[in-house]
Amino acid sequence: MAHRVGMEVSIAVSHAVQMSRAEAIAAYPITPQTHIVEHLSSMVANGELDAEFVNVESEHSAISTCIGMSATGARTYTATSSQGLALMNEILFIASALRLPIVMTVANRALSGPLSIWNDHGDIMAARDIGWIQIFVENGQESFDHSVMAFKIAENHKVLLPTIINLDGFILSHVVEAMEFPEQELVDKFLPPYHPRFSLDPKNPVTMGAFAMPEVYTEVKMGHQMALTGSYDHILSVWKEWGDLTGRHYKPVEKYKTDGAKILLLTMGCLSEVAEVAVDEMRDAGLEVGLLKLRMWRPFPFADLRKAVEGAELLIVCDRALSLGGAAPPVLAEVRSAFYEMPNRPRTASFVIGLGGRDIPPGVFKDIVAQAQAEAQTGPTEEYHIFGVRG
Amino acid sequence: MIEIRFHGRGGQGAVTSVELLALAAIAEGKFAQGFPSFGPERRGAPVLAFCRVDDRHIRLRCKIASPDVVVILDPSLIRIQNPPADLKPEGIIVLNTPKTPEEVRRDYGFKHTLALVDANKVAREVLGVPIVNTTMMGALIKATGVMKLESLEGPLKERFGPLAVKNFNALKTAYEQTVIEERRS
Repeated sequence: MAHRVGMEVSIAVSHAVQMSRAEAIAAYPITPQTHIVEHLSSMVANGELDAEFVNVESEHSAISTCIGMSATGARTYTATSSQGLALMNEILFIASALRLPIVMTVANRALSGPLSIWNDHGDIMAARDIGWIQIFVENGQESFDHSVMAFKIAENHKVLLPTIINLDGFILSHVVEAMEFPEQELVDKFLPPYHPRFSLDPKNPVTMGAFAMPEVYTEVKMGHQMALTGSYDHILSVWKEWGDLTGRHYKPVEKYKTDGAKILLLTMGCLSEVAEVAVDEMRDAGLEVGLLKLRMWRPFPFADLRKAVEGAELLIVCDRALSLGGAAPPVLAEVRSAFYEMPNRPRTASFVIGLGGRDIPPGVFKDIVAQAQAEAQTGPTEEYHIFGVRG
Repeated sequence: MIEIRFHGRGGQGAVTSVELLALAAIAEGKFAQGFPSFGPERRGAPVLAFCRVDDRHIRLRCKIASPDVVVILDPSLIRIQNPPADLKPEGIIVLNTPKTPEEVRRDYGFKHTLALVDANKVAREVLGVPIVNTTMMGALIKATGVMKLESLEGPLKERFGPLAVKNFNALKTAYEQTVIEERRS
């Protein structure tokens, strides 16, 4: 039977990785990811996890080591945040191009400068195009569930793509809360040992990471694109299998009180639940407001999103990152692209919130809706709003 | 939902307190959150820590801006932070002080319900060190009934190992010695 635990979410993630029987871990500690890899390191040292834990001198080395270990056919895990993810950047593209099913937790944190250890989505949005599967979670339970599911998704031979689980730093990673852990038996049944399609083996030599002449580079990239968009169906089937086993079902775009909603908010990560509280209060006050929670970021669930906004007049996109000098913040840019050719598309309004750890109580979402409603009459004063910024 | 905010100084154990309280509440079958204020805290500097307890899954991820209870581990913070400034009118101030309710109201101008205990004295006598966090949890439970004292035994054992018994005794002693005085209108 599953059992209920109280635990810091970071520690729960380390248990999820342990129960997934990760075989190889290389990581460099960085706030707010540190507790995850600290505990994994203890588990390996104490013999509670039979894995190779490689201490490295930087995140660049961490992901490079993960590539080597994954290439030998080991179930491989790492975690990072912010500058750490940025330092990995050039190698992240290689991990996905080599089709290595590494699982990585990103405890999302703002990028410097100014130096900030606090939460926003600037780190992952700067790594948007690395060719990895990218999923967002809302609470401790989801952090556990998706950490386990990520291995099964990534290692599917029709997928074979590295996968990132995005977990908001501090406001989720460092909270002690209640979760349900499944039995090891259930995890083992759900997630059998990893059998690589190809691996580095002196008896059966293969080349990994060869260079590509102009005649084939485009075709390889096309293959990568097809694998990533094609991973959608496999992700859904893994989520369904987990849902059938645990009763916890997940969708690429989660809907909350959207029936009859003329106005929809769109959020990602753990602020989605804060937005739910605001939606409850606005619904009680008679406002026809609903919420869309974008769980799957790569591959982007275009069809789900288009369907989810049917009937809505206004979609208010809440970004947690900026695209300085660009047309729109990252999520809004994606959403607008999804809608551009769509008849009867809703209008969009855009608010950037919670940068560098700015506190977001439910009232923020109510203020945003009020402002967007007012501007629906008069037209927006700006292309997008950085909400609550002081002049 | 009950929202509790701890005011302490780095090293006094405010963060440990909220984590232990959350774990105890979860062990009772409730839902809870315990989390620090995530600042660049260091020993001696003012620290905030937060605890929410509810009968259903808690969806908030923000700081506690309008608490039901403030727990003040160090009375020297009153002058620099004014912890009850945003406390709900029917809220409770749990304060580590050797003073009587009359003295506290006179010296600090507090109007809220008071729960007072000389936690430094209890901690020195029972624990042998003036670390007041577990002690003040006893006062908090006396003032609020947010959970059973016994529910903290497991989490204390997990966190403090052989020192858990002493900590639980400090908590019980503080529970017994805490003086409650209803708010003045």
